[in-house]
Amino acid sequence: MKNNFSILYTYNKKLYHTVDSTRFSFWLVNSGYKWCIAFLFLTILYPVNAMASNYTYTMAFQAFLKWVPLLVKSGFVLNVIISFFAMMIGTALGVILGLAQVSQYKIVRIFASSVTQLFRNIPWLVLLFIIMLTFPFEIETDDKIYKIPDWTKAVFGFSLPIMANISEIVRGAIKSVPLGQWEAAESLAFSRQKTFWQIILPQCYKRMIPPWMNWYAILSMATPLVSLLGVEEIITLSRQAMEAENNNPELLIPFYSFALLIFFAYCYPIAKFTIALEKRYAVKL
Amino acid sequence: MNTWTEKEPILSIKDVHKSFGELEVLKGVTFDVMKGEVICIIGPSGSGKSTLIRCVNALNEIQSGSIKVEGVEVNDPKLDKLALRRKVGMVFQQYNLFPHKTAIENIMMAPIQVLKQDPKEVEERAHTLIKKVRLQGKENSFPGELSGGQQQRIAIARSLAMEPNIMLFDEITAALDPETVKEVLVTIKDLAQDGMTCCLVTHEMGFAKEIADHIYFTDRGIIVEHGPPKTFFTDAKDPRTKEFLSQIL
Amino acid sequence: MTGFEQYFIELADTHPKWNFVYFYQEVERSRIITGIYYTIGLSILTVFFSVVVGLVGAWMQGSKSKLARLTVQGFIQFFRNTPPFVQLLFFYFALGQFTPTHSPDGWLEVPIISNFGWAVISLSLFAGSYNVEIFRSGIEAVPVSTREAAESLGYNRFQSFTKIILPLCFRICLPSLNNNLINLVKTTTQAFGIAVPELLYQCISVYNDYSTSMNAVMLLMFIVFFLIVGLIAWSSSALERKLKIPGYGV
Repeated sequence: MKNNFSILYTYNKKLYHTVDSTRFSFWLVNSGYKWCIAFLFLTILYPVNAMASNYTYTMAFQAFLKWVPLLVKSGFVLNVIISFFAMMIGTALGVILGLAQVSQYKIVRIFASSVTQLFRNIPWLVLLFIIMLTFPFEIETDDKIYKIPDWTKAVFGFSLPIMANISEIVRGAIKSVPLGQWEAAESLAFSRQKTFWQIILPQCYKRMIPPWMNWYAILSMATPLVSLLGVEEIITLSRQAMEAENNNPELLIPFYSFALLIFFAYCYPIAKFTIALEKRYAVKL
Repeated sequence: MNTWTEKEPILSIKDVHKSFGELEVLKGVTFDVMKGEVICIIGPSGSGKSTLIRCVNALNEIQSGSIKVEGVEVNDPKLDKLALRRKVGMVFQQYNLFPHKTAIENIMMAPIQVLKQDPKEVEERAHTLIKKVRLQGKENSFPGELSGGQQQRIAIARSLAMEPNIMLFDEITAALDPETVKEVLVTIKDLAQDGMTCCLVTHEMGFAKEIADHIYFTDRGIIVEHGPPKTFFTDAKDPRTKEFLSQIL
Repeated sequence: MTGFEQYFIELADTHPKWNFVYFYQEVERSRIITGIYYTIGLSILTVFFSVVVGLVGAWMQGSKSKLARLTVQGFIQFFRNTPPFVQLLFFYFALGQFTPTHSPDGWLEVPIISNFGWAVISLSLFAGSYNVEIFRSGIEAVPVSTREAAESLGYNRFQSFTKIILPLCFRICLPSLNNNLINLVKTTTQAFGIAVPELLYQCISVYNDYSTSMNAVMLLMFIVFFLIVGLIAWSSSALERKLKIPGYGV
């Protein structure tokens, strides 16, 4: 019997290992306690190594500079791509879910708000793992096997919590329109549908934009998590690069600082812009 | 060494200048207050009267001049603010009670927490003060549950709990309903009769006339005219005072 | 073997997708228990220290020294605009290499800050940076005149901060503080990245031993996190009710 669930493939040891052997996390977990402890001790011994070797920070920095183009071009760009697509999908689904949360029908409301609460309250990393483990990593048609790249699964994994949070934003924005607006529209003989689309929603856009941008910043800062699942984004590449440079401990500071800085450079302007927008809209409301 | 005696002014203000940035609000104010005296400062809004008494309590700093409370210079970076504030109590226009504490707790807080006095003794005093401001039965109400006039009387009691020698009142009836103004004024009158030194910034002319020993009229940062209420209200000399009084009375 | 264990062994036989291995296997059970223990421990410690960081930061932001204010501002902007996960890696790997070591048994060198310790430090600072802003906005919501009243009663800056401003500010901030702390508890899973044996880490270990236990493991994670988050939300709203001041609308 053929199926698309990776869980059942795991019985096939060989296949499983060809797929997952590169994943740092799986290595970490598969290797069990003893290896982890050994791994810890290795990191503990770093300062000792550092004193023994002649490898200097200047050399480390030069080695690091070599890798910068790769880290940015195929590493950070992937983070941005993941965050971009996850935001698009998450927003689209979230708006639908948010509208469902203010539906006229109680059953729809209950369903929508339970989905929202579920995905809002589960840690992102847990969700990512679940998506990565349960979703098929390839799709078979009659003649061909399409491999699904890990990062698209990451996109899906991120779009779920984003969906839930956008749904809350939409609900909150709609609820923030005073009840008097509904009543005024009703007294002008607007139907409920018309009131909603022509009067209530146009008042909500502006309130939704700042929190929406805030969530985008949070999302892009969550993307390095997928390195735990082996997606080749900036952190995975940094690790590989450090390995290629013989894991000298002096490399850690430049590489990780760079990762912090590049995210800062990306997220700080977004945060500033969000605050500026918030202030501008706050005055008008 | 402080050589102040009760024969000298308890509050002595000399040539005080105060500006907020470009704006000069006090342009050389001078007057003295003797112990047990009640003075009222009146004048149009923005004439610097509130600023003046806030400076006395060191809430605002002054640029030049001297303010002496019982002979101690307030305009001094090394001023012991706690000592000053024990001597000088202040009541604000907006009552500024602490909303998370009950009426009696508001009165007891500072003596216990700041002066580290014995809670039992403070509580006794607090009950006496509540009786004095005629609010028995409201001990355990929160400020939010009291009317403006009641809150203001609790605020007065709160200041009195520190056992000050001078009380400053900053337009304390300005935010109140006309009906509740009276109950607050009665409280102040009681205080004045007990011999407390009071400085009031007020718009209540009738009250000022009745209670004050001396009235100061300020306009644009200076004292334009002053005198005991009898002469002040009947034969004001300065045109500005005349104009102001004609508008008010 | 109890009936309870027997039931789950049979369940795993009849429904291979629902293998609750941690209910009848001693090794896996102890893994899950360790995981829950670490997750709860990490949550309590980080919640506590992040609130401390937030309070100290908010107090420093109101200080007269420009240097202190700038330091706090830099701290906030750094921790808010970089990924918490990379912060963890940076703290543990990059800064961890400089940690002094000690030798409890004479031949093994152990750093004085373990990976768990670094997780506490890093996550507390991360959530703390949000708490600073939360407390600051709460402090700003306390009217200046209330502070002046405290000042005129002889309170110094520290006394009026702790006795007057904080109790009021705390009531105002509680909802956003609650949100941030829930977010923090969820972020503790990221300590997985530096091999802190918290719940997610243990669940993946169980899954790697018994891949049939996937559904059971996921269900467990959902329930545990749901309970922790629910507990915080519940205690926060209970606290809010308890702290409500009559006649004072917040």
